[in-house]
Amino acid sequence: MTVTEDIEALAAPDTNNLTEVLLDDDQPTRPSALSASLTFGWRAVLKIRHVPEQLFDVTAFPIMMILMFTYLFGGALAGSPGEYLQYLLPGITVTSVVMITMYTGVAVNTDIAKGVFDRFRTLPIWRPAPMVGYILGDLLRYVLASIVIMVVGLVLGFRPGGGFVGVVLGVALLVAFSFAFSWVWTMFGLLMRNEKSVMGVSMFVLMPLTFLSNVYVNPETMPGWLQAFVDVNPITLLVRSVRALMAGEFDASATTWTLVYGVVFTVVFGTLTMRLYNRK
Amino acid sequence: MNAIETSGLVKVFGDTRAVDGVDLTVPAGTVYGLLGPNGAGKTTTVKMLATLLRPDDGEARIFGHDVRADPNAVRRLVSLTGQYASVDEDLTGTENLLLLGRLIGHPRARARDRAAQLLSAFGLTEAAGKQVKHYSGGMRRRLDIAASILNTPKLLFLDEPTTGLDPRSRNQVWDIVRAVVAHGTTVLLTTQYLDEADQLASRIAVIDHGRVIAEGTKGELKASVGVGSVHLRLRDADQRPAARDLLAHVLDAEVSLDADPVALTARLSGRAAEQAAEALARLSREGITVDNFSLGQPSLDEVFLALTDKQKEAAA
Repeated sequence: MTVTEDIEALAAPDTNNLTEVLLDDDQPTRPSALSASLTFGWRAVLKIRHVPEQLFDVTAFPIMMILMFTYLFGGALAGSPGEYLQYLLPGITVTSVVMITMYTGVAVNTDIAKGVFDRFRTLPIWRPAPMVGYILGDLLRYVLASIVIMVVGLVLGFRPGGGFVGVVLGVALLVAFSFAFSWVWTMFGLLMRNEKSVMGVSMFVLMPLTFLSNVYVNPETMPGWLQAFVDVNPITLLVRSVRALMAGEFDASATTWTLVYGVVFTVVFGTLTMRLYNRK
Repeated sequence: MNAIETSGLVKVFGDTRAVDGVDLTVPAGTVYGLLGPNGAGKTTTVKMLATLLRPDDGEARIFGHDVRADPNAVRRLVSLTGQYASVDEDLTGTENLLLLGRLIGHPRARARDRAAQLLSAFGLTEAAGKQVKHYSGGMRRRLDIAASILNTPKLLFLDEPTTGLDPRSRNQVWDIVRAVVAHGTTVLLTTQYLDEADQLASRIAVIDHGRVIAEGTKGELKASVGVGSVHLRLRDADQRPAARDLLAHVLDAEVSLDADPVALTARLSGRAAEQAAEALARLSREGITVDNFSLGQPSLDEVFLALTDKQKEAAA
């Protein structure tokens, strides 16, 4: 409180000075779509810098997931935690990163609740730029989470056959898919009334999507009707692709389908997002 | 050319006609006041004019550009300072202005200069590096206005710019608005305060239940609701009924009893000072002691009561 008062005591606008500021006015040219999007991405990075605690969910949460699942199920499912880790790690990386995508929706929703969103919407810029900006900022979080998981995985004994290149390719595919998938959340961020309902819907979508997949166990033991779902689940396809890449292989069909899903998510939910954004 | 022209503007939310056929004509280069209570439709009107909401019916043109057909042309000309400060609380003052400077299209160095320039002009240099969430209400509002004039707009919407501010901050905001208008920007100001509209606006539209119920210059509006009113505080609450009857008789005016048991208010119609003097003299002759009195311009409540009464009469 005292801080505020101290600043206030010194502050008073100077209208003479203000007139000069108003006169020193040039008409800049409208920024390009890329430049506007990057500027919004920069904003997201600034927010991380000011509130670093928000990185908790991209660091501590994934570590907890790996440790829990490796030691809880490892012995039972694969004979030993070390064995299981070879199977689990690519999948848990996917799960952790896909889980964080929901914070894009939360960020959109929080901004709407505050007036700053209205200001962005009255700017003569490329319309999707603020949305793209959120997601660009989030890419940074996805990469960060992936690095944390990989480091912990390596320490625990994960030995990817694809080496460094395989891991990088796997993470790159994961991040690209997450970018596309984030459009689902920008849509919900615009649609829902408050932050809590955004979180609620996100969990409702993400829990089945990540668990009913090949992340934790081999789908062969599941009943047929469940396998049918698991096989077309985009997370399953993404995990198959990432696993292959990290193992130094290439699963052409899974990778193609993953990319198709990515394009579909971007087109469908990107369009819906922009329609809501223009109407809000 | 007119900065704003609307005809029959309508916005419906569910069952509520938030804006119900608003016609406005705002000449360029002036401050136009949109005066009304909470929920009258002021903010909704502004949002439609600033391309944030699509009108359900009617037409609105900003410097000749239709808000529905050509929103981007409108966005290039206008700036909005919302009711709740439209700045990012997590960022610092400098970062907020840099962000918007870049989005307007300034190169990095120019955006930086412009941010520093504006922060200094708005007395925010000391606070430039602090996150906005630590700012006081007045500082936040100033930063908000600074953000709106990064690129001097031809039309500036100020939606209740001083609601919740202390008197000093309010005066500072008023000074800023005057400087901006002197520079040639048209301002559409919404407010709940008559004195704010009085201080700044050259024309005023009074809006209630989504409709414009009166429009004109300040003088015209005041004349339409009477000269003002006299507020009295008596020493003895028991004397209030007698005082009311006497005032009603002498002033031939409506007298209302305030919530305070010793206070009452009479609306004046003709020569205010003379009437009030006469009323006081009569009260003292009757042995009613007046502790305190004040002559006031019509309050917003009175303006509304008078205007809505007139509407009811017209309807009857």
